Amino acid sequence: MTALAYRIDRSSRASRIGSSVLIGLGLILATVPQFFVATVVQQLTSLFIFVILAVMWNALAGYGGLVSVGQQAFIGFGAYGTVFLAQRDVPPYLAVLLAAGASAVLAAVLAPLVLRLRGGPFAVGTWVVAETLALLVVLDHSLGGGTGVSLRGLNVFRPDERRAYTYWLALAFLVLLLGAVFVLLRGRTGAGLQAIRDDQEAAASLGVRVWPLKAGLYVLAGFGGGAAGALILANTLFIEPRSIFGVQWTAYMLFMVLVGGIGTFEGPLLGALLFFGVQYLFADYDAWYLIGLGLTAGAFALFLPRGLWSLVPVRLLPVGYHLRRDGPGVF
Amino acid sequence: MTVFPGDTVFPGDTVLDGEHLHKRYGRLHVLDDVGFTAADGEAIGIVGPNGAGKTTLLNVLAGSVTPDSGTVRLDGADVTRSGPQIRCRRGVGRAHQIPRPFGGMTVLENVLVGATYGAGLRHREAHRHSIEVLRRCELLDLANRRADTLGLLHRKRLEMARAVATRPRVLLLDEIGAGLTDAEAAELVATIRELNAGGVTVVWIEHIVHVLLQVVNRLICMDAGRVIADGEPSAVLSDAVVVDAYLGKARS
Repeated sequence: MTALAYRIDRSSRASRIGSSVLIGLGLILATVPQFFVATVVQQLTSLFIFVILAVMWNALAGYGGLVSVGQQAFIGFGAYGTVFLAQRDVPPYLAVLLAAGASAVLAAVLAPLVLRLRGGPFAVGTWVVAETLALLVVLDHSLGGGTGVSLRGLNVFRPDERRAYTYWLALAFLVLLLGAVFVLLRGRTGAGLQAIRDDQEAAASLGVRVWPLKAGLYVLAGFGGGAAGALILANTLFIEPRSIFGVQWTAYMLFMVLVGGIGTFEGPLLGALLFFGVQYLFADYDAWYLIGLGLTAGAFALFLPRGLWSLVPVRLLPVGYHLRRDGPGVF
Repeated sequence: MTVFPGDTVFPGDTVLDGEHLHKRYGRLHVLDDVGFTAADGEAIGIVGPNGAGKTTLLNVLAGSVTPDSGTVRLDGADVTRSGPQIRCRRGVGRAHQIPRPFGGMTVLENVLVGATYGAGLRHREAHRHSIEVLRRCELLDLANRRADTLGLLHRKRLEMARAVATRPRVLLLDEIGAGLTDAEAAELVATIRELNAGGVTVVWIEHIVHVLLQVVNRLICMDAGRVIADGEPSAVLSDAVVVDAYLGKARS
């Protein structure tokens, strides 16, 4: 009997080209500090930080369904963790790495608590955690209290050296986290997480281990948030609790992910680029700028819920599945 | 091998059984000392009026609801406290009454979740198995469609396909035929029979009795949280207590 033969493709020509371009881009970006002036290096560093934030929030909310409004808890913890360690004579860049790791530990400790909640209560719960951490930092005078604190110890480097190192560290974190999310989505965990996002009970009835997957994702996002926070500090050298623990980070992440395309690998990259441009052009308008961001994100949520990337019929990375008919075959 | 209704199936070992199961929601006694046994290879139908406790029994067997008291055993081992994900990986598949597709994923990805997690298959093996399941459930042409774009018939097929993809030894089906036309139901019956003939134990709740009777060789009737009849289908259906439960006592 002849029947049609089918097979499942993971990659396409577009995804092969896309992956190569991304890897090439990463290599080119690594050489930037050698050729460009300080402001470019510093601006690109903050772009990388935004990309990290967008990719992490998208993994958490877009793939895992964990719509957190409190990832600034980890941003702040990573930044203040770096200050705390640097005050104890840990070399600053090592402190950045350790603080990111400590944020992952914090996420692991918080996971049994906050992951009991789902949907709205989860969102509120994560925000409460962030506000609580901010208050604890304000009360601690050795961390500068409410007025803020600078990162010491980086003055052993010349300013352009320092910027280059921070830049490379941000790029390394970005590549590492993008790689981690890619591996996660490429394997069965990607399908498992999306299943949990869409219907947790149905996922469990198909054999998906719900708790370890959600907790693992939350810890990864905690690590990413902590890394971003530590890098923000290394890039700007000064932080204060109101802004580093501020909910505006969540507003930024929402904007980048919703505009770019929630639940796609490429969307947040696009969203972060757009946000970076928008911020560059309009940040001086203060309140109106924030209102504009909110309105734009809201409009996307209503009218283009899967973001700009949903208009592009291409996947840059081989994380999906596609059933293809091979033509007539024999069984 | 094809099993026809009424055929005597050699009863195998007990695969899934429950003993003295109780479940209350407030003052409502949804399961009132229910006992249930499914032997390897059986096809069991469960009927009964709305609110009889059929779905709750299925939930307790699948692990999505914990009984207040009583024991559920899988292959003789106590699984009363283990969740649905554990029972699924040990061979209990389940299709819900109202299909619960993963709307943001494609049909193929929905099935792959069952194949990779429930059946524990990897890579090419999982791909081959998923394609086979899609073919069997006639979903191949829709494989790359997002599940939230499907109509009722295809949602039902997908619900069934996902459960089948977990390679269950016991398949729990909850009103999988409701809302389908006779022709559509006939396809479903053919698929379920094929699975049963392949050795899968089937436990099927269904209101459309004539559809059910094409598959099952044993019928359980529940009413008000109790099992009121259990046995050969025609005998159960002519049982006076069953007739009363279904049609009320108005006939006399």
